[in-house]
Amino acid sequence: MATTITMPQLGETVTEGTVERWLKQPGEPVEKYEPFVEVSTDKVNSEVPAPVSGTMRDILVQEGTTVATGTPIAVIEDGAVGSAPPPSATQPSGKSVSEPPKDSAAMAQSANAEPVPGFNLPQLDVKPAAQSAPVRGNGEAAAAALRGVSPAVRRLAREHHIDIRSLRGTGANGRVTADDVLNAARMGPSAAVGQAIAAPAGAETKSTYGKPVPGTYVQLNSARRIIAQRMVESKHTAPHAWSMVEVDLTNLWKWRTREKDRFESEHGQKLTLLPFFIRAVVEALNAFPLMNARFSADGGGRTPGPAIFVEEDVNIGIAIGLPTNLVVPVIKHADKLSIKGLALAAGELIDKARNNKLSADDLQGGTFTVNNNGANGSYASAPIINGGQAGIVTMEAVVKKPVVTADDSIAIRHMMNCCLSLDHRVVDGYVASGFLAELKRRLEAMGPSGVL
Amino acid sequence: MAVATSSSQVLNNVEAVRETLYEAMRNDDRTIIIGEDVGNRGNVFLITKDFIKEFGAERVIDTPIAEASIVGIAVGMAMEGLRPIAEIQFADFIYPSYNQIVGEAAKTRYRSNGEYTCPLVIRTPYGGGVRGALSHSVCIEALFYHVPGLKIVAPSFPADVKGLLNAAIDDPDPVLFLEHKKTYRLIKGEVPNGHYTIPIGKADVKKPGTQLTVVSYGLYVHWALDAARQLEDEGMSVEVIDLRSIRPMDRTTILESVRKTRKLLIIHEDNKFGGVGAEISAMVNEEALFDLDAPVRRLCAPDVPAMGYALPLEEAYMSSPAEMAQAMRDLVRF
Amino acid sequence: MAKVEPTFRAALDRHGLSDDQLKAIYRTMLAQRQLDNRGFQLNRQGKVPFALGSEGHEALQAGAAMAFERGKDILAPYYRDLGLAIGIGLTPYEIMLSIFARVADHNGGRQFPNHYSSKAAGLMSFSSILAAHIPHAVGAAYALKYRKEIGRAVLVTFGDGTTSEGEWHESMNFAAVHRLPIVFLCENNLWAISTPLSLQMGQPDIYKRAEGYGMPGEQFDGFDPLVTYAAVKRAMDRARSGGGPTLLEGVCYRFLAHSTDDNDMTYRTRDEVTEHRKDDPVPRFERVLIEAGIITAEDAEAMKKDVLSETNGATDRAEAMPYPESSELYTHLHEGAWQPWL
Repeated sequence: MATTITMPQLGETVTEGTVERWLKQPGEPVEKYEPFVEVSTDKVNSEVPAPVSGTMRDILVQEGTTVATGTPIAVIEDGAVGSAPPPSATQPSGKSVSEPPKDSAAMAQSANAEPVPGFNLPQLDVKPAAQSAPVRGNGEAAAAALRGVSPAVRRLAREHHIDIRSLRGTGANGRVTADDVLNAARMGPSAAVGQAIAAPAGAETKSTYGKPVPGTYVQLNSARRIIAQRMVESKHTAPHAWSMVEVDLTNLWKWRTREKDRFESEHGQKLTLLPFFIRAVVEALNAFPLMNARFSADGGGRTPGPAIFVEEDVNIGIAIGLPTNLVVPVIKHADKLSIKGLALAAGELIDKARNNKLSADDLQGGTFTVNNNGANGSYASAPIINGGQAGIVTMEAVVKKPVVTADDSIAIRHMMNCCLSLDHRVVDGYVASGFLAELKRRLEAMGPSGVL
Repeated sequence: MAVATSSSQVLNNVEAVRETLYEAMRNDDRTIIIGEDVGNRGNVFLITKDFIKEFGAERVIDTPIAEASIVGIAVGMAMEGLRPIAEIQFADFIYPSYNQIVGEAAKTRYRSNGEYTCPLVIRTPYGGGVRGALSHSVCIEALFYHVPGLKIVAPSFPADVKGLLNAAIDDPDPVLFLEHKKTYRLIKGEVPNGHYTIPIGKADVKKPGTQLTVVSYGLYVHWALDAARQLEDEGMSVEVIDLRSIRPMDRTTILESVRKTRKLLIIHEDNKFGGVGAEISAMVNEEALFDLDAPVRRLCAPDVPAMGYALPLEEAYMSSPAEMAQAMRDLVRF
Repeated sequence: MAKVEPTFRAALDRHGLSDDQLKAIYRTMLAQRQLDNRGFQLNRQGKVPFALGSEGHEALQAGAAMAFERGKDILAPYYRDLGLAIGIGLTPYEIMLSIFARVADHNGGRQFPNHYSSKAAGLMSFSSILAAHIPHAVGAAYALKYRKEIGRAVLVTFGDGTTSEGEWHESMNFAAVHRLPIVFLCENNLWAISTPLSLQMGQPDIYKRAEGYGMPGEQFDGFDPLVTYAAVKRAMDRARSGGGPTLLEGVCYRFLAHSTDDNDMTYRTRDEVTEHRKDDPVPRFERVLIEAGIITAEDAEAMKKDVLSETNGATDRAEAMPYPESSELYTHLHEGAWQPWL
């Protein structure tokens, strides 16, 4: 059996050594502890004693050569020269103990690696966010759901108006991480509502929202609870201001009247004023980008304090009131759609909404909201801003009215009010009324010569 | 791979210290080196090799074995206008000087209302991994960083060693300059030529990242970087900050990083309880609690009196790059 | 000026000092006694929380101060060196500022009283830690030698208790090895708070240790200011001219307790103190000067009155000065405005 001898470490901080002189040549016998080579470092010169008895077999490093500690320098063929076989390597073993293991295999461990002694992360007792049954609103359950929630998650959830309980966590043990919250925020705060709506409804009770019985408590399902929470949050966070303009839709009305039958036969759905309105809104938003923005408490970490995030995309949410619910599906990139495209997109979303087929994605990402209130005959309304946006605009009922025209005569015109609730932290009267004025201008400029 | 250029050389940490001390001795007559075996022996790591031949025994003083007065006499020299650089041969021997360092040097300016000052550098090799056992392996920074009036630096890279040692020598107040002995010859790096200083109190992001902040100093910066690069291959982005200065500590750099990554792992060779990591953790909790997405963790030596001489004992005491990588992994995945 | 026989005057060994210098020594002793007392009076009045006396050291300190060359030498004293401080030029006003801890004090009221510091006078700042200042004195002496400043020396003083400290030993050793321009003056008052010499050292003659270090040593009567002056002058001259260090031991006695926080009757007898009081150096030197015809009894009274009035003036002036503001806690942390510790 052969023993390979490596360059020993001859000093606390030494990393290499030089072979000065071989005291034994191949073929010569050598006894354990007998010096067989002279080695030097910049600190010290030393004779190295043999670790085993036997015969010198190979010299691997020539005299005068410098090698790193731990490099093989010689091989001794074990052969008890009158002594028992030596036990396993005694010192100096020459094994380099100074080098950290560079072997990446040593560092790369599977997920089941031994925990580092003294370094154990807590096994969080976090139940994954319930997907099948919405968490019932009682104090204990709420507390349980918030266990293991980090300060960053709490803060971000609060800032972005996200209900942590409605999120699925991607962290260890299903923990909701800060990134989870930020991703949800990016997709739109109504995503939480969407998740909750997608869940099957809870147990029916006798007195329901659809059929309320006087003198009873109507239990709120998850969706209604979230709506309630959102409305309060919105009103308590954004200082709402309100403004209104009156728009002359006579020409637009003519245009729509001309197009609606053909549209219906081609596309199987009605052509309402909504897509025209959205088109005008989009154009007004382009002219007043601050209306397509939201207040940011920490500027996303890029500004020293609060900031206004000006959205890149124009995603218009359309508020749809259903018998027991309010949903706001979003037309993504509304600025890239023609009036026809808007009509089709809106129609599809309204259809889905009525059939309870809206997906979470349909409900996320809105940057501005439109509410067609007029269908109910409303003349003016003060809507609550949706999900941290800068504003929400309504179309009220179209009413034929006598108005005074430019040349001081009286004419019968189709008039419609547009109402705007705005977040006064983001914009004030100058921008808001500018936006409304632009909206009015665009709507009044629409007429039969236009293209859908 | 460090490469020399026309404006820099590749040096190891011993050479970086030596070159800096040499220039300081050449450029300022008031510079005195005082310690055990610094003259004729040239320091036990050969840092001041041949200095005595060039600068003379009155400027490179071989003292009796008397640590308290090595520092105390240097304090007196400093009060009287010289610029002494005192050496304690191994940090493990510094305890007799504690009185002079903490009770006298650190308080001279403050107690005399600035009438007397103490521009003193105390250099000492510290740290383990060299089979040094109980009396040649200790980390001492936790015993001193508590004391206002005393600066402490612990650079890991040769370029930092030179810049910070120059800053320490120029500093009008006492500085404890810690040199990790295992890095003396192990770590080589590019060092700019000429005189330059690095401000004391500034950390350095040695590797940027986005998912986890690792703060370390001394030998462990190098191993933490190895571990972080391993994690890079696994798709995880870890930021490694080299603290460089223990006191004053660069809170700004640490907080900026933690606010970005939301997770902090402190890795140091010293015992855990009351170590430097404890202060960083407390500070981060005070200043950035609502940016933290995980508890602040510390990977340190266990709280036992010393690393043993036998290899398994030394290895059990110290943290390997593999252990560091696992700790980083756990926290990134938290 | 009284008329005395010249022969009688010649009997006083004045060691080369002039009449004025002799009177100056005496006045310093009176001032030390008076200022010392004033500290205790203020403490008993409740005006200052702490006082530390030096009664018994007057001759030793006034004599040593006379051998100190102002503007050249450096003094590294300890906290019982009130006489040395005023002897080398600090004013009673500065002393009282220290006692009252006013912001105008050299140390801004940060230090205990009696912990003087004066760059202008060459008085090195020191702490309460016994022997910690001795290596500093050695370092300063090294600087003088390194800069080849012939004619300058360091005078470091300490009590008998300090000679037990390791840092005293290390300092003596180093000074001897390097033949530094320094004089180690021990003011042996026989007590280290409550510890008598017999419990402190096996060799009660401190000066004999000098031989162990390889430097000359000398013991003298610390109650005699002129013998003290002569010994300190010899040693300082030796140091100033490159002759190396000396260990001097002036034997005196601590008449008072260690400080206002100490009750010395718990560890020694009133009789012992009374016995030593018979050698009280202040009245003793007064007698010597009167008998030598340097001063009259009336001169002595006038000087005492003058010293009292000077002390009163200094007291009133210092007492009227303001304390430091709390914001002063944050100054002098570092050179310039940088506050790295906060």
